[in-house]
Amino acid sequence: MPWGLFGADFLCYPKDMRTLSQEQISQVVAQGVIEACRYLPLEVEKALREALEKEPSPLGREVLKILLQNASLARKEGLPLCQDTGIAVIFVEFGEDLKVSSLEESLNEGVKRGYQKGFLRKSVADVITRKNTGTNTPAVIHVKIVPGDKLHLTLLPKGCGSENMSRLAMLPPSSGIEGIKEFVLHTVKEAGPNPCPPITVGVGLGGSFEKAALLAKEALCRPLGQPSPQPQIAQLERELLEEINKLGIGPLGFGGHTTALAVHIETYPTHIASLPVAVNIQCHAYRIKRVVL
Amino acid sequence: MKRLHFPLENKEILQELEAGELVWISGVLLAARDQTHRKLLSLLEEEAPLPVDFKGHCLYYVGPSPAPPGKIIGAAGPTTAYRMDAYTPKMLELGVVATMGKGKRGEKVREALRRYGAVYLATFGGAGAYLARCIKVCTVVAFAELGPEALFSLQVEDFPAVVINDTQGRDYYQEAQSYWERELKICKS
Repeated sequence: MPWGLFGADFLCYPKDMRTLSQEQISQVVAQGVIEACRYLPLEVEKALREALEKEPSPLGREVLKILLQNASLARKEGLPLCQDTGIAVIFVEFGEDLKVSSLEESLNEGVKRGYQKGFLRKSVADVITRKNTGTNTPAVIHVKIVPGDKLHLTLLPKGCGSENMSRLAMLPPSSGIEGIKEFVLHTVKEAGPNPCPPITVGVGLGGSFEKAALLAKEALCRPLGQPSPQPQIAQLERELLEEINKLGIGPLGFGGHTTALAVHIETYPTHIASLPVAVNIQCHAYRIKRVVL
Repeated sequence: MKRLHFPLENKEILQELEAGELVWISGVLLAARDQTHRKLLSLLEEEAPLPVDFKGHCLYYVGPSPAPPGKIIGAAGPTTAYRMDAYTPKMLELGVVATMGKGKRGEKVREALRRYGAVYLATFGGAGAYLARCIKVCTVVAFAELGPEALFSLQVEDFPAVVINDTQGRDYYQEAQSYWERELKICKS
């Protein structure tokens, strides 16, 4: 192993290269996961209020009122919005002019501290023995290298009531837009009350099997209801939202109009033989925190 | 709006409940989810004694978040119920008269509920902070090592829930969805 001779210290970084310490990263992650679990984003609260005005079902309106009360109680009392404080998904945009050591370790340390300090539920277990890891780690980390010297973190503590209702299909390209719509609608209808509607539907179109799934989750990182910059995709988002909100599932599945608050679609070119479609469902307790270091 | 007090002395009162009805619960709920169910069933297989008598009880599918200082419990909303489907007929056989969670139950559970004259209730998913206020006492009954998955006894007051599967075999989720699907079509046309 010739490279081993040199070790990391041998690699020369320009003297003025921006550096971040492990502690800086761990601290913002710890604080970030606590805030994400306690404070419903204002854009989500606003969407729930707007839904309340339009919801024709009496029980549906009751649910939306309770969800709004829940958000203000969680904020006031320092409790998580939902007891399922999720598996910690972290999207990292890593500036290529930034120097950081042990990124993964720092992120996991932050998750561990935040879940402990914030009285968040540790919900991560060994997949076979089901033994809880006791720290809510490891986090699920996705890193993208981007220009610049900043570290952008999107923390998405993801509850599994909605995660379990997510699906992926490798459709034949002949299915086209209709096939895509049919699969998304089928997934939402099958999920029914289980993912705690009103949901947000993240859709990943294209790439490969794993790319589609990742796109679907990335779609959930977009500010709620912000349309795709591609006009044709924005149109598809609007049509799907309208059709989902005709299914009748309603708030918490008790019937009504508000089944979804938004549909976000991300796309990527794909193989000539392929049409991957991934649907990642987000519950109404839309926990997300964006930080820049 | 009906009031229920668990454990029930007499489960006849459940016959009066109708799918879609809002109910208020007081008394004691036994909180159990995946791992507790698994443990209970393995105790039964070993013919070992169970930690509690389930007769007349309502099982609440919840894994609360830890209680911050000065609080009785953390967030304590329902978890998705279908994961407990495999264990539910056995729990009904042990005398459980109601189960509460969120989301649909499978056909086998619905059939077992009918057979035992029991009900499935849904409470407000994702409203963990709101529901925590209705919980007045929380104690661990067994399996403390399971953390949030332990078997808890929760003393509750005016805990709200909606009847999903009544003793007549109705399913409110199905009924509500098809009713509103029709209504929304009429509104648009």
